[in-house]
Amino acid sequence: VDLEERLHELDLRSDSDIPDVPPPTDSTPEILKSALSGLSARWKNWWIRGILSLAMISGFFLIIYLGSFMLMLLVLSIQVKCYHEIITIGYRVYHSYDLPWFRSLSWYFLLCVNYFFYGETVADYFATFVQRREQLQFLIRYHRFISFALYLTGFCMFVLSLVKKHYRLQFYMFAWTHVTLLITVTQSHLVIQNLFEGMIWFLVPISSVICNDITAYIFGFFFGRTPLIKLSPKKTWEGFIGGFFSTVVFGFIFSYFLAQHQYFVCPVEYNSETNRFVTECEPSELFQMKKYSVPPLLQAVLGWETVNMYPFQMHSFALSTFASLIGPFGGFFASGFKRAFKIKDFADTIPGHGGIMDRFDCQYLMATFVHVYITSFIRGPNPSKLLKQLLILQPEQQLSVYKTLKSHLVEKGILQPSLRG
Amino acid sequence: LQESESENRLDGETASDSESKSEFGGSSPVPTSDDTPEVLNRALSNLSSRWKNWWVRGILTLAMITFFFIIIYLGPMVLMTIVMCVQIKCFHEIITIGYNVYHSYDLPWFRTLSWYFLLCVNYFFYGETVTDYFFTLVQREEPLRILSKYHRFISFALYLTGFCMFVLSLVKKHYRLQFYMFGWTHVTLLIVVTQSHLIIHNLFEGMIWFIVPISCVICNDIMAYMFGFFFGRTPLIKLSPKKTWEGFIGGFFSTVLFGLLLSYVMSGYRCFTCPVEFNNDTNSFTVDCQPSELFQLQDYNIPVLLHSVLGWKTVRMYPFQIHSIALSTFASLIGPFGGFFASGFKRAFKIKDFANTIPGHGGIMDRFDCQYLMATFVNVYIASFIRGPNPSKLIQQFLTLRPDQQLHIFNTLKAHLVDRGILGSLEDA
Repeated sequence: VDLEERLHELDLRSDSDIPDVPPPTDSTPEILKSALSGLSARWKNWWIRGILSLAMISGFFLIIYLGSFMLMLLVLSIQVKCYHEIITIGYRVYHSYDLPWFRSLSWYFLLCVNYFFYGETVADYFATFVQRREQLQFLIRYHRFISFALYLTGFCMFVLSLVKKHYRLQFYMFAWTHVTLLITVTQSHLVIQNLFEGMIWFLVPISSVICNDITAYIFGFFFGRTPLIKLSPKKTWEGFIGGFFSTVVFGFIFSYFLAQHQYFVCPVEYNSETNRFVTECEPSELFQMKKYSVPPLLQAVLGWETVNMYPFQMHSFALSTFASLIGPFGGFFASGFKRAFKIKDFADTIPGHGGIMDRFDCQYLMATFVHVYITSFIRGPNPSKLLKQLLILQPEQQLSVYKTLKSHLVEKGILQPSLRG
Repeated sequence: LQESESENRLDGETASDSESKSEFGGSSPVPTSDDTPEVLNRALSNLSSRWKNWWVRGILTLAMITFFFIIIYLGPMVLMTIVMCVQIKCFHEIITIGYNVYHSYDLPWFRTLSWYFLLCVNYFFYGETVTDYFFTLVQREEPLRILSKYHRFISFALYLTGFCMFVLSLVKKHYRLQFYMFGWTHVTLLIVVTQSHLIIHNLFEGMIWFIVPISCVICNDIMAYMFGFFFGRTPLIKLSPKKTWEGFIGGFFSTVLFGLLLSYVMSGYRCFTCPVEFNNDTNSFTVDCQPSELFQLQDYNIPVLLHSVLGWKTVRMYPFQIHSIALSTFASLIGPFGGFFASGFKRAFKIKDFANTIPGHGGIMDRFDCQYLMATFVNVYIASFIRGPNPSKLIQQFLTLRPDQQLHIFNTLKAHLVDRGILGSLEDA
């Protein structure tokens, strides 16, 4: 009987064996509490959420105003906080507080992977800055080897830290760390790559996801009737569809405004003379007004025959569609995760909203999508990076590449064949 | 029997593995079925069981090594196929262990989803490789060209489909199990699939970069075992009680020596040292080139200390042999950590072997656990110290640029070549 009881306790078939997580502490500031003390609990919660939402959005605009460097720092801080939140959940699930070395190893792996990714980005974008300094040259040239060596050190430390009675726990935490790194760190770097492409590629996707969240909630609040998915009982089809259409319209309008300013549209570049980031360029054709013919079907509705739009607005349509249709799956994934591990929120960082991960769960898929979208449909490879690689080749290779390129250019008529090339 | 079975069904929620009262050896897992072919069984039936085991292992080792040589002889295409098969089998073994640990046979969709993710990730990696190496072939065929131009987008869309299917397949009582299996699948993909593709990249660099590392790891395994067998006294690490310091150090020196000798023999043959290329006219792989300076004999001065020992003042060696010392050192010193990791994994999940595929040896993963770190190391080593970027990939990227960008790069390259005297300024080359 004792054996059977133990089996039942340990059986993973039901999720009922996880110990209850202690109720989250209320981190609402005292000021807010006293101001809202007269309202009922439901409205109080609504007001707290509303105020915090406004606070976050204002904070967001402030950082945008402060520029790309601050944005990068913000992305980095969010990444570290998300990583911390997920790792803490893992610790709680596995009672791992007393595992030797494990906290240090998790943070060490975070450092390694960040070093690897930042090294790749820095080398690309700060090429001139790097060329001038000898030590950086060495670090860049052997960057992959150094990153790999750092990672291997962590791996060997893990193997040496295996303790007899805790093997399985340690392997679980190792895997948990790696999956978390995969999710949070790679995506935060994709966000930064998108940012360097032009701040508009950073702002429009993030705003579309936020808009979809808010408008889906509002439509659901007023019109919600049919449940959408068992995982999140509060979501409804009305909210989903209403959110979709509002987000598309919002994306259109928001892109229209942003596309007019060089500050948002130009790729971020690092000026080595002034040691600052600059966003100044000739706007690419994506951001120049063009006339589009309205399809006959819509002519009657809108009353116009042609419309002046930025080509970017067509792309914003794709981005908003993804944000509304697929982005929520990131939210469902996070909901499923929270139910699986019986937590209400990832953490208590933001009063009324939960942890940072709670706000960013939909953003992750979006960041990857925007990055893949840009590399597939918008820009080609970076010409200066290509040139740099060409110049590292062996002379015979350079010569053969030169001949291939020349024949290609002549064939396409870009280069006139002449005796003096 | 019931008690030992119950010990096997422990999940990860316990704070320590000590809930099982017995040691690893005592709690016997489901006995592995004996895969040894009948022929061998009869031939060895009159030997004691310890020697029988030794003979079975020995014969299978020789069989695997012979098989390895045959595959090398058959060429790069067959090698690639074998690497692919090994990868799939390793993935299958690790996923099966996950299933056994979590009793996940009746989870909806999960087998399908695991194999689907394997397919996606392989499609992504093979697409990147194919585009690099089969560039002209791809450009000629219209459907292939579109697939390669939007390759990343297509791969991402395929992966997303799998992700959404996973979210939709979440079932109320099994959330945690499903998330565990999702994580298990992804970590397995990370380990198995990425490394098998790095092996194929190494292979394309030249078969010597594939054969020497793998042989060094195998040699280290065998030599460390032999040294341990004859001289072993001081245990090396608690995880693997059979390993000893004598075996470790003896294996290190033998492997370095073996690496030097093997590289010497192989560097003389073009079929091993030349990068594998795809010939568009004959539609087959060729290994034909001017050997790079890595594979041309050079005179090296022996350090004064070794003069008296060896009796020579200079020695003729291939530069590649110096690199082989680095490879062998890694295989002997760090490679075993891959083996310890796998031992820890087996102890954590209370299995004796990954599977029963190879009689006497266990599963494919048991043979390949040390190889994985090696493959990544060789790839990083080549990228950092040996070759620069791949010219055909650069050409491919160049062709996607805009005409004005192309012209700018062409002119800069031309100026650079003229500057270096590689191109005469008036020649039309």
